[in-house]
This record gives sequence, structure tokens and C-alpha cells, in this order.
Amino acid sequence: MSKSLKMRGLFVLLCVVVALVSLAPTFAKDALPDWWADSFDPIHLGLDLQGGMHLVLGVEVDKAVESRLDSIVDQTEALLRDKDIIYKRVSRTSDDRLAITVYDQEAGGQVDALMQDNFPNLEALTLTDSGGYIQKNYRLSDKEIASIKDYAVRQALETLRNRVDQFGVSEPVLQRQSNNRILIQLPGINDPQRAISLLGKTARLEFKMVAEDVDPQEAVKGKLPPGTQLLYEKRVDRRSGTTTEVPVVVYDKTVMTGDLLSDAQVRIDSRFNEPYVAIDFNSVGAKRFDQVTAANVGKRMAIILDDTVYSAPVIRERISGGSAQISGSFTEQEATDLAIVLRAGSLPAPVKILENRTVGPSLGRDSIEQGALSALVGAILVILAMVFYYRWSGLVANMALVLNLFFILAMLSLFKATLTMPGIAGIVLTLGMAVDANVLIFERIREELRIGKPARTALDAGFAKAFVTIIDANVTTLLAALILFQFGTGPVKGFAVTLSVGIIASLFTAIFVSRVIFDYFLDRRQVKRLSI
Amino acid sequence: MQIVKPDINIDFVGKRKLAMIISGILILIGLASLVVKGGPNYGIDFAGGTLVQVKFQETTKAARIKDALKQLDLGSIIVQQFGDQPNEFLIKAQNTSDELESLSQTVKTTLEKSYGEGKVDLRRAEMVGPQVGKDLRQKGLMAVVWAIVGILIYITWRFEFRFGMGALVATVHDVLITLGAFSLFNKEIDLPIIAAFLAIIGYSLNDTIIVCDRIRENMGKHSKDGLPSIVNRSINETLSRTILTSGTTLLVVFSLFVFGGGVIHNFAFAMLVGILIGTYSSIFVASPVILLWEERKGKGGQTAAATSGGGKNR
Repeated sequence: MSKSLKMRGLFVLLCVVVALVSLAPTFAKDALPDWWADSFDPIHLGLDLQGGMHLVLGVEVDKAVESRLDSIVDQTEALLRDKDIIYKRVSRTSDDRLAITVYDQEAGGQVDALMQDNFPNLEALTLTDSGGYIQKNYRLSDKEIASIKDYAVRQALETLRNRVDQFGVSEPVLQRQSNNRILIQLPGINDPQRAISLLGKTARLEFKMVAEDVDPQEAVKGKLPPGTQLLYEKRVDRRSGTTTEVPVVVYDKTVMTGDLLSDAQVRIDSRFNEPYVAIDFNSVGAKRFDQVTAANVGKRMAIILDDTVYSAPVIRERISGGSAQISGSFTEQEATDLAIVLRAGSLPAPVKILENRTVGPSLGRDSIEQGALSALVGAILVILAMVFYYRWSGLVANMALVLNLFFILAMLSLFKATLTMPGIAGIVLTLGMAVDANVLIFERIREELRIGKPARTALDAGFAKAFVTIIDANVTTLLAALILFQFGTGPVKGFAVTLSVGIIASLFTAIFVSRVIFDYFLDRRQVKRLSI
Repeated sequence: MQIVKPDINIDFVGKRKLAMIISGILILIGLASLVVKGGPNYGIDFAGGTLVQVKFQETTKAARIKDALKQLDLGSIIVQQFGDQPNEFLIKAQNTSDELESLSQTVKTTLEKSYGEGKVDLRRAEMVGPQVGKDLRQKGLMAVVWAIVGILIYITWRFEFRFGMGALVATVHDVLITLGAFSLFNKEIDLPIIAAFLAIIGYSLNDTIIVCDRIRENMGKHSKDGLPSIVNRSINETLSRTILTSGTTLLVVFSLFVFGGGVIHNFAFAMLVGILIGTYSSIFVASPVILLWEERKGKGGQTAAATSGGGKNR
């Protein structure tokens, strides 16, 4: 017995030491040697306590499917021209369909063969006869659609991660969720507005030729020739700060896209002291740019980002170096952010903000203070109640309680769990419920003493009989906590974590630690009567 | 010290008719309030919407804030005090917009025009889209349902089915009354409240199990007595523990309620109601249901009760 007591005592001591070592960086990081602070992280605070931004973005995957079909339409037209097949029209007819209209049976057969060879993922549908023409319909297979959508979300996640990395946030979280959603957590950012504009931008960079022969004013009124589109260029007047939108008509055909970029940097124009973004193309892009500029000297080329014209400069000469510049009326920060999104690449489909929770650092600080205060007051009240009710035994329970709090925090640090405001509430709640195990044991001991058993026997019987009850009672709460962990999000998950950890710690302290203390007094100090 | 005398013998089981009436009334009041107010009062987590929390340097009134914001076209907005701070307010709008950031910024600038530059601190801004709100609502409901199912299974496995029934009825009873109290006091249900509900479920069961555990033990020891007398004896024997544990838990929850701040205020309120009701229900609801189940099955349950005591040895 006495040897086992020594072992058990040592075990408790070991736990205390481990807890101390792991908690030290949380409370006194600066006073510790580096190796210590490096091997144990301080308790990680949730966004609601340290401030920061929680975003859920929805990737509009249907748009990715549409744009894939649009590009198939473009490719098909090119192929048909290549093969000299005479066709009337190629167009996207719905979200997942495209139609090719030809004049005769022979061309129809050629189209079938061509599509079969080049786009095996398209399913041919039944023919619809429309006034002497033959219309061939194709649709994307469900499997193909699913894979386009999946790819779009993965690609978006990758791009967003690149942007966040360049934005410079410590410990960001980016996760893919179900339903094409992406969760982003940015702790401690101080300019949420900038983060939103940086992450929410699709950043699709396109170069299109300006349709010089179309009068933009006519186009605004709705007279738009086929094959062209109306876009707007935003101009900011430096002095007055007013924004004007200038209509620009461009040809639909995209001559180049931002996919061919290799780098984008902010530069300052020395003449006007205005920032601009210098872009470099990769080798394919440089060749393409060379061809495009050579063929269009003297014409205007519009530089378009997300359907807004940034500038539409005149091509003065062939540009073969593979670099260009985007100037517009930006502030330096806007230019920096534009360079970031261009470097990180464009999103495969637009994203929509579905959920946004931003907590300022001052609220988080207040929450921590209030949480700590309520934990302190709660603990003191419970400690007083226990001593008042159970005397010396109450003191044993209180030692277990304080150790419990200590172990909870240590486990949070060791498991790298996140502490949130509901998590603090969970700890406070655990303090109240943790004494339950001791209460159960003490009540049993009292019952045993009442029927005349000596202290030692009563203690043993009390612990033994209460044990099963304690386990049964706590498993249910643990069950509820685990389910909460499964279904919960963010802060609520924190509650599930502290509640579970709290239950486990309280079982250990109430059953094991307090037993060691009792045994010590009964065996070593030869205490004959229990103060309970 | 003792609150409950060891030889106490209150006839809890005899008062079950009265308890049933009280429980019935409490549930009916809550349900009536829910019906009148057209369902639970969901916060923006579940209903979707926009929320901005601002702190002023001076104390102010909700009406004045509403006035200052009138020029912005925000649709119908609700301005309410945050926790018990006279200078901190929540501004809620039903509609969600992608441009939450610019919205909260506009609110700030507008308020600063009225209260002075630098006198308004933007503490929190939240936007939950309707789709996300619906998903969260569904998830929350699923969490509560699964918790109840899981617990029923556990109790049936560890005890017997009728104990599980007793625990189930008591749990649903507690959740219903807490839900009713929320509706009655016009408190909003948001994510942390679901956590509180699950904690209440766990806690209430904790209490119920301890009584059940004693019933099981006494069924072995005093098998000659009828089940009602065994149940009553078990409740009395565990009464001291029930009161003390509920007491310490109430102490900490009360501390949370008073000192925990606005973020956790409603959570603490739910826990206060839930623990009071949970304690009551483990004495007055769970055990009578076990008896009721027994009576319905007729006298046949008596032998089953006696033999099933072996279950605890696993």
C-alpha cells in the first residue's frame, strides 16, 4: 500500500510538472529560454478572443462550367474553320449545352467525327430539326461537370492561399468545406476591408482590341454591333477625387489573358509620380504579345480586369520584350494589391462572401478579462461552498479543483486546441461540475460512516461505490460534447473542446488525485477520523 | 455541515401528479409564447443578417443611434444595448450584403458625424448569408437530435430501456422549457445557445443517471419493496448530492451571467434556466416516467427489474 502510494504520488507530481512546463510559455514567454518557448506553444486563442476575420466564400462553380463551355465553343469554331467545314453557328445554348448548326447531312457527319475526336467528354444529344438546318447538340457529361466544379474549388483554394500568403497574415487558415465553400480565417488583421477586396476579386485579366469604328455614345444607347461589347473605364480625378465612368466598346474576342503572366510588380511613374503595375509575360505570352502588337500598331488595346477597363493605350510599336504596364488611377495600395492578385493568379470562377465575422482586438481583450473574472469568482464561490460543507475533505476537493483548472489549461496547450469565449464558459462550467465527482464520493463516505464503518473502510467503500456512478454520469456529458464537436463550428467547437477536456481532467483529479491525498493522511499521518 | 438530514424521507413520488401539472403549465406557457411570436427568435447565426457592434465613449440611447442612422438606407434595423453596458450597442439589419465591410465603415462614419470623430469604436461586424444561416440551423438541430439519440442508446445499454425513456422525457422536457423561456424573455437563439442546450442535456442526464444508478442499486438490495418505494428512497438518498452539485454549478453559471460580459450573457441565461429545470426534472419527471412505464406494462416488470441489476457488473 505505502509503496503504491509513493508511486501514485510521484505520478501526480509528474503530471503537475508536465503541466507547468507546457503552460509556462503561455504565461511568461519572455522569461524563458528559446528552446522552451519553441517546443511548447502558448494556448492558441480563437478569433473571437484575439480579434480577426472569419470568412466563408462560396465559389460560383456554375460559372466555371459556363466558361468551360464558352472556351469549347471558341475551340470548336477554330477547328471547324481549320477543317473547312461550313457551319452556320456554334453557340452555348444553356448552362451545360452547346449547339452546332450546319447546312447539310455531310457537314453534320463531319461535325460528329470532329467532336468525337476532340471532345470525348461531350455527350451527343438527339438532333433537333430547325427549318432546313441541322442542329447538333452536345452536353457535358455529369461526371465532367462534377470534375470541372471540383477543379474550380481546388484551384480557387490554391489561388486564395497564394493571395493570403502574399498579404502577410500569421497563421491563416484556409479550408475547403462542403457545398463548394472555402473557409478562411485571418487572425489579427487590422484592415478587414482590404482583405475582402483582395480575396473577393476574381482578377481575370484580359486584353481586348478596342472597336474604334463604334461610337461609345451610340453603344450606351443600346446600338451595339454583333461581336462587340460595352465596358467602362473608371477614371479618378486626382484633385477632386470624383470618379467618372467612360464607356469603351471592345471586340468580344480576347486576344490575350493573364494566364500567360510570369510576374507583376508595382513601379512608380517618375513623370507623374503615379504608381503602375509592370507585368512580365512568360515565353509563350511574350511571343503572343509580340504577334498581337505587331499586327495592331496604331490601334488601341484595352486592358481589362474583371470586366472593368483599366486603360486602353494606343499600341505605338511592336512590343517584343514580353513586358507591359497597367496604369490607371490607383493609389499605391491599390497598385500593390493588384500586383498581388495578378501574381497569385485569377480565380477560376467568381466567389461570393457567404459569411463574414470580424472581431476587433478590443472586444477580444474585454472578453478575456470578463471570462477570467467570472472563472475566478466562480472558483472562489465553489471553493468556499466546499470547505463550508465538507470541512477538511472539502479542502481536498478544492485542491483537486485547482489542479483540475491547471490541467485543463495544460491539455489545451499540449493538444494545440483553440480557446474561444464559449470555451472559457466551458471551463467555468466545468469548475462547477467538477466537484460533482467529489460530492458523490463524499456523500457515499458519509453514508458508510453513518452505518458505523471506520474511516479507512468507509473511504475505500465510498470511492469504490461512487466510481461506477461517476463514470456513467460523465460519459453522457462527454457524449454531448463530442456530438457538439462534430456539428459545431468555430467558437462553439471551442466549448466542446474545453468541456471534454474538463470532464477528463476532473475525473482524474477527483478520483485519482484526491484519493492520493486521502491515503496520504490516513496512512502516513495516521489520521483516524475523517473530517467530512 | 449538512443541508439534508440523512434520514430524510420526502414523498416525491406521491407528488408526481402535482409535478406533472407544474411541468405541463411551464411547457404550455413556453409553447404559447413560441406560437404567438411565430417560432423561435433566431439570431443572425440562424436567420441570416448583418450585425455591427459599436462602443461609444459616452453613454447613449438606442433611439439616438437609430436617429443618427436614419439617413442611411439600411431597411429595418434593430438597435439594442449590448449586455448591461450603457455605451455599447448592437445594430442589426435583416438584409445581408456582400459589402459588409463598407457597411460597417459607413455606420461608423455616420455615427461619428453625430458623436464626434474618434468617439466610436467598431468592435465587431458579422454577416451571415441566408444559405449559411439555414445550414447552421439544420446543423444545430441535428446536433441536439443526435445528442438525445446517442444518450438514449447509452442509457439503454448501461441501464434498461425504461430508464432511457425516463431520461429522454426529462431531457426533452428541459429543452422545451428552456426554449420557451428564451421566447418568453425575447432572447435570441444563436450558435452558443445550441452549445448551452447540449450542455443542459448533458447536465440534466448527469443528474438523472445518478438517481437511476441508485434505483438500480436499491432494486438489488430492497427487491421486496415495490418499485415506487424504491424510487422514492433512491431520490431521497441522492438528494443531498443533487442539491450540492446543482448549487455549485449554479454558483459558477451565476458568476458567468454577472461577470462574463455580453458575448456570453444569453449562454449563461440558458444554463441558469436549464440547470434549475434539469435538477427539478431528474427528481420530478424522470423517475415518475419510469414508474408510469412500469404501470403501463403491468406487474410483469417487477421481476425484470430485480434481475436487471446485474447489468452494472458488465
